[in-house]
Amino acid sequence: MTFLLVAEQLFNALQLGLMLFLIAIGVTLAFGTMNLMNLAHGSFFMLGAFFLAAAADHAGNMLVACLIALLVLAAVGAVVERTVIRPLREFGHLEQVLATYGLMLIFNEMVVMIWGRDPLFVTVPEILAGQVTIPPGIVYPAYRLVITLVAMAAGLALWLLIQRTRYGMLIRAIADDPPTAQSLGVNATALSRWVFILVVLLAGLAGIMTAPLLSVETAMGDAVLIQALVVVIIGGLGSMRGALIGALLVAFVDTFGRILLPIWLGSRAGFAVANMAIYVLMAVVLIWRPRGLCGRAAL
Amino acid sequence: MNRILQLPTATIAISLLLGVAAFTLFADPFVLRIASRIAILALGAVAVDLVLGYAGYVSFGHAAFFGTGVYVTGILMRMGVQDALLAWPIAIAAGMALAFVTGAMALRTSGIYFIMVTLAFAQMLYYGANAAVDYGGADGFRLAQRNTLMGLSPFADPRIFFLVTLAVLVTTLFFARRAMGSVFGAAVRAVRDDSVRAAASGIHPFRHRLAVLTISGGIAALAGALATNLDLYVSPSSAFSWHISAEFLIFVIIGSAGTLIGPAIGAALYIILVEILSSFTDHWMLAVGIILLVRVLVLKRGLYDVLIAGRAA
Repeated sequence: MTFLLVAEQLFNALQLGLMLFLIAIGVTLAFGTMNLMNLAHGSFFMLGAFFLAAAADHAGNMLVACLIALLVLAAVGAVVERTVIRPLREFGHLEQVLATYGLMLIFNEMVVMIWGRDPLFVTVPEILAGQVTIPPGIVYPAYRLVITLVAMAAGLALWLLIQRTRYGMLIRAIADDPPTAQSLGVNATALSRWVFILVVLLAGLAGIMTAPLLSVETAMGDAVLIQALVVVIIGGLGSMRGALIGALLVAFVDTFGRILLPIWLGSRAGFAVANMAIYVLMAVVLIWRPRGLCGRAAL
Repeated sequence: MNRILQLPTATIAISLLLGVAAFTLFADPFVLRIASRIAILALGAVAVDLVLGYAGYVSFGHAAFFGTGVYVTGILMRMGVQDALLAWPIAIAAGMALAFVTGAMALRTSGIYFIMVTLAFAQMLYYGANAAVDYGGADGFRLAQRNTLMGLSPFADPRIFFLVTLAVLVTTLFFARRAMGSVFGAAVRAVRDDSVRAAASGIHPFRHRLAVLTISGGIAALAGALATNLDLYVSPSSAFSWHISAEFLIFVIIGSAGTLIGPAIGAALYIILVEILSSFTDHWMLAVGIILLVRVLVLKRGLYDVLIAGRAA
């Protein structure tokens, strides 16, 4: 009984961790390749969910709706990259933080203007609505299992792209040492555009997949963004491996903190500490390693 | 830094103050309320500007100190500590203590890491306050009346309360400018401009940064204490929301960092603009977002620099 409960929570933590990874990887890659701090990244998570909700109304088929949502997201990502992100690369981090904060406000408000303030709800596709039994006897919602697998596949595809292709090599080169890479003929601007559209799609994918589990409403990306920032600080800015380790660490501490801390400390204190657990984790990591677990010595 | 001396600031400031004091007598409570809010949030902007403009560190977590002032004042009132002369210094001390402790950790980092670490500390308190069921959790709690002053309750009069917030702001501006013009301030700026050289001349960079951050935390907490008095309402989102930290930064950037008076003016313009926009449309946030983009991408510098100092971008 206890084993099954723990196993179920392990799956939940893994799923949360992978979703956080899909968002955090965008923050860390934008920083690594463009030296850009992007607070609007949570907005793409939100937009993914809204685009799916809108497309699902018209398309009927969920898979088609997902594809439409991703296509629209790519278009939005391309426009944002050209109008805001590319010019912002020339500015300091403070200006980047403010401009992307402004961008986030614009997205939050535009969503209200188009879809209103009432939350939208997306239903889980019928074939995935049931439960599945995973071998030792763990009963788990089929939809959650599928999105965990899709997130894993997306992470794996990203890893192959970065580690095993020519484009990935160029991205790593730009992230490692921009001046040298550029002097050797890497077109940083063109590459950054594709990297940005890629990370917009990843954050949007996380939003699309979690839309049926959440209420789809304005500013739903804000909380996710802050969690992604914690992930990236813990993992080390600019490090892709760090984003994965940080995301899983944050997800496991958050999930199990909410179960175990109220047992250990009593429900009231435990609840309070569990609420703050990932920030305490972050503070501990920073005292130990100020640049995060996989951060470089100097930025 | 000579431009501080080149300006007839004192003349402008005194005539402005006299004008504001005269306006107080005739303004209605609604306008006084907005004016008080401006003075209070301008205080927060000055706190952030000390860290940003003089120590050169971008704090995205001043809601932590502001919110500490809000909660300490509110909790003290519920415990029966009503007098401002006792409650406000305790709030300031709490803000300074928090800034000292979190600053000692956060200042191990710099640049973009400092931005995110300060943000995360504020979020930690936000979620902690959300879980504080004794104090209403996410709903927070209301207060019956404002702080008293030696047994009297002068702050109940919106005119007196506004003048008090204004006096606190002006006094803080005065002392902050004096402090930043002093030997201590010169050392702080030396550390900002070149910490290695400053250290070689015997100035301890870490201690100076931490000192500025601690002072700044106290000022932000005082703003929080005043905000509790204005709204008579204490909640996680009115105290520790990360949007408060962002707004403080926006004020500073709109008004020009490192000028102290600029951020205060930035706060006034921003709040007035939001009041005007929100009377026309529900979607004023869209306009704020666009203004931020224009400020960064088109204007490229703060209003103080554009209008008064005439500095190039």
